[in-house]
This record gives sequence, structure tokens and C-alpha cells, in this order.
Amino acid sequence: MRLIDEIQQEIISDFNLFSDWTQKYEYLIDLGKELKVLDAKHKTEENLIKGCQSNVWLIAKKEKNSIVFTADSDAIMTKGIIALLIKILSNQTPKDITNCDLFFIKKIGLSEHLSATRANGLLSMIKQMKLYAYGLENK
Amino acid sequence: MIDVSAVRNLFPILNQKINNHDLIYLDNGATTQKPNSVTRSIEDYYKKVNSNVHRGAHYLSNLSTEKYEQTREKIKNFIGAKKTCEIILTKGTTDSINLIANTFDSNINEGDEVIISEMEHHSNIVPWQICCDKNKAVLKVVPILNSGEIDFDKFQSLLSKKTKLVSISHVSNVLGTINPIKKIIDLAHKFKAKVFIDGAQAASHIKLDVQKLNVDFYCFSAHKLYGPTGVGVLYGKESILNELEPYQGGGEMIKSVDFNKTTYADLPHKFEAGTPNIAGVVSFSKSIDFLESVGLDNIKSHQEKLLQYATKKLLEIKDVIIYGPKHQKAAIISFNIKNVHPYDVGVLLDKMGIAIRTGHHCAQPLMKKYNIPGTIRLSFAVYNTTKEIDLCIDAIKKSKKMLT
Ligand SMILES: Cc1ncc(COP(=O)(O)O)c(C=O)c1O
Repeated sequence: MRLIDEIQQEIISDFNLFSDWTQKYEYLIDLGKELKVLDAKHKTEENLIKGCQSNVWLIAKKEKNSIVFTADSDAIMTKGIIALLIKILSNQTPKDITNCDLFFIKKIGLSEHLSATRANGLLSMIKQMKLYAYGLENK
Repeated sequence: MIDVSAVRNLFPILNQKINNHDLIYLDNGATTQKPNSVTRSIEDYYKKVNSNVHRGAHYLSNLSTEKYEQTREKIKNFIGAKKTCEIILTKGTTDSINLIANTFDSNINEGDEVIISEMEHHSNIVPWQICCDKNKAVLKVVPILNSGEIDFDKFQSLLSKKTKLVSISHVSNVLGTINPIKKIIDLAHKFKAKVFIDGAQAASHIKLDVQKLNVDFYCFSAHKLYGPTGVGVLYGKESILNELEPYQGGGEMIKSVDFNKTTYADLPHKFEAGTPNIAGVVSFSKSIDFLESVGLDNIKSHQEKLLQYATKKLLEIKDVIIYGPKHQKAAIISFNIKNVHPYDVGVLLDKMGIAIRTGHHCAQPLMKKYNIPGTIRLSFAVYNTTKEIDLCIDAIKKSKKMLT
């Protein structure tokens, strides 16, 4: 598995190709559409991270030394960002996940989606991913 | 008729670029922008007048008190109250509702009932839930029809001798429904119930006459009337307010304090503990001046024109669903696009410099009724134009194309 920072750099280069916001958001929407829909049976209260406007469902599983994340959202833009987060954090070791700094979000100009208004549940989702990793690291 | 471009000149915030686009502000249901006269007044107050009210005997304190009380007088005239002592200055609508929910509860006993409606803002739900829980009373909810109007027959059947209070919004912040409050008040009074009207979305465009309405309590927030945040109005009939115990204790609200017995100040000060938002209150008088100089009727007809125009344009877009009534509606449009999450539209419109609100609008029970996660809401004010609506409609079309 490639390092978290390598994947982040790659995403930043991808986004650097876009000359305006429309292209960037269209790409994000496409990522959202491509993300596998979570099976309804997994959309439980337990897996739910409630945002003020859109919801996120997150599942973490330990496979050998790494953690596999699957997630979904009812809003497509949120799903697009989830797709990026999964690309970066899934299949990484708990230790790397706990310690990582997700600098890509700011670099690709999407920090507004992680603002403290908790509109979309993404900030809580990242916290939850790290929390899972932390929990599994020490198991 | 109003000269919109002249009005717009009074609001410098509207001349901004947001995300490289001219700002189009259509989130007036959340809060309205402030004209120069209001912002200048806030600055002037701190530069030239600042002093505490009702306390010092010095020049500035007297001046401050005078200006503070002049606003109260102005509000009294603005809503047609009989006396200035019936105007309680609060922090806002939410504060006003909590004040009554915490003091009027002396009239609410075990088994009594409070009636609200399904379209209320959380501010007009939660305080009554707390109040009813505390007093072992029952909160009854009037359902609304699919059209977005109150089910009046149901309302009638819910009223009984047990009903102590009815609290309903004058205008729904989600659907724009203008509720028949006169009918509600008259009917509730037949059962000796008091009526509280949440006028947060009404007072900026509907001329009020609280005496004619014969309403027992009416409230609104200054910030939705082109005024400062942190200032609200609670109107209550003198005879009722006099019967209520104070809400909060502290300075300002007392006549004399003794460890054995404290006597309270008279109305309205009895309900105004602590140092209030003096600059805000003083400057709110400029908002009322602004509203009166443009004229509430002119504002109303301008906003109605915008509502009609935007509704027509929106319905031309395929798969748009508008919630709420077709008539008796304020300039608020809540809608969705089939198979599109409202949040996604909000994000894209923001990219195009358009400020709207998406989500549940603090009315989760109403969302549940329509079985939706939220809506996209456009809400218009005196300074909005049909050109802005055209641009907004184009942006909605573009968003829809990107998202579907
Ligand atoms: C109908 C209604 N009630 C109450 C409120 C709460 O007002 P405030 O937040 O100013 O206290 C609002 C504001 O959004 C509203 O629209």
C-alpha cells in the first residue's frame, strides 16, 4: 500500500489540472456517483454520523494489519469527499491513520466542506475514522 | 412602488463579490442585511453616547436611557400597542418565547394543554415541551394540510377548557404560509386560552395592530427587520404581564432588594434583568425608521412580486417541487429537485455567489411530515430584484445539470 502522503499528493496534482471550480465540482460529483452505495442493511443508527444537513454512514473493519473503511452519504458532494478520504485512509495501518495530517483538503480548496458548522458530518467522520484506528491500534 | 436601486444603495454589503460573483443574498428568512443608518447608529452610539441605562444620573447615562426608551416608544407605535410598558425588550424571538414559557407556566397545571402547530420553528416547540414537562401538562400539535396550511378543523377540535395557551407562528419560516391568526386568536379566546404569536417572519412586511388582533403575546427579532442581532421584542397585554412572576433576577428588574424580601420593578423593567444590548436597541429605532420610510405596504407588494416571479420561473424547471401554499404566502419559497439532495444545490449556488439556505430550517417535525431531509429555501427582502432571481434560476439550472 502506498503511503498516505503519496496518495494525498496525487490527489492534489489531479485537482491542479482543473482550471475552474465547475470542473473541480463535476469531478467531485463523479467521484460521489462512482462510490459504491452502502447496502441498506448497513445504514443503521450505529453506523450513522449525523450532520446538520446530510448524513454519513461509516463502517470500519480490520483486515490483517490495516483498516478497511466503507462509507456512504445521502448528499453527492459529501460522497465525493468521502471517496477521497477512503482512497487515502482505507487499507492503511491504524498507526498511520491516527498520525496522519490530511493536508490535501486545504490544498484542493475544499476546506469549507469541513467547517465547524457540521453541516455534512464530514468533520465528525474524519474524527470517527481516527477514533476507530486508535481503538484498533491498541487492540 | 419602491426604487429598488435607491434602497440597495443603503446596503453596502450587497456590493460584494463572493466566490468571484456579485453577491445575491436570498437568505433573508435567516437574517436581513442592515442599512447604513443602522450600522452608523451602532458606531455613533459607542462613539458618542455609550453609558449604562436607568442607572447613573449623569448626562450620558440619561441620554442613553432616553434613546433606549425612545426605541420602546417607537416599537409600541410600530405594532399598535396601547402602552410602552407592554413592550419588553429581549434578545430575540427565541428569548421572548422562553420568557413566556417560563413565566406563564404559573397558569399551566397538571393536565392542562398547550397547543402549537406542526409547522413551528424549534424555538416555538422546545420551550413549550420543557414547560409542559415541568408542569405535567400536555403539548398538543395541530397538523397541517399537504397544502401547507393549518388544519383549522383539527385546531378547532383540539381546543377545550384544558387549553391554556396556543402558540403559533404568524408566518412559517419554511413554507411562507401566512396563518389566519385573527381567526385563531378569536377562536382560542372563546375557550379562555391565551394566544402567543411568533411573528419572526411576519413583522418585516405585515403591518401589525396588536390591539385590533387582540393577541395576548406577540414577538419578533430585530435582526429579521433590517436591525441588529441580539435584540428582540416581546409584546404582552399589560394585565397579563402584571400577573406573571419575573423570568430572570438581577439588576434593573428590582425596586428594592433585601435579604428578607425583594420587590420587583414595574413593567416593563420587571422582565429586563441585567444590562441589555443598548447599542442594538437604540439602533433598532433606525430600522423601524427605514421600514416606515419605505412603507410596509410597499415592501409587501415588492416582495409579493418577487415571490410570484420566482415561483413561476422555478416551476418552469422540470422536477422542481415547491412546498407550501399557493396563496396567503410570504416571500419564502421552499423547494426540492427530484433525486437531488438540497445540500448539494446549496453548495453549488454558494460557488456562484448566491446565499440561500438549505436543510431543515429548524423545523424537523415539518420535514418529517413531508418525508424529506430538508429543502432549498429562497427568501426575499426589500432589496432583492427580479434580475437576481433570473441569475439564481440560471444557477439552479446549472446545479441541476451538474448533479443529475
Ligand atoms: C418562525 C421563527 N421563529 C423563531 C425564530 C428564531 O428567531 P431568533 O433566532 O432570532 O431567536 C425564527 C428564526 O429563524 C423563525 O423564523
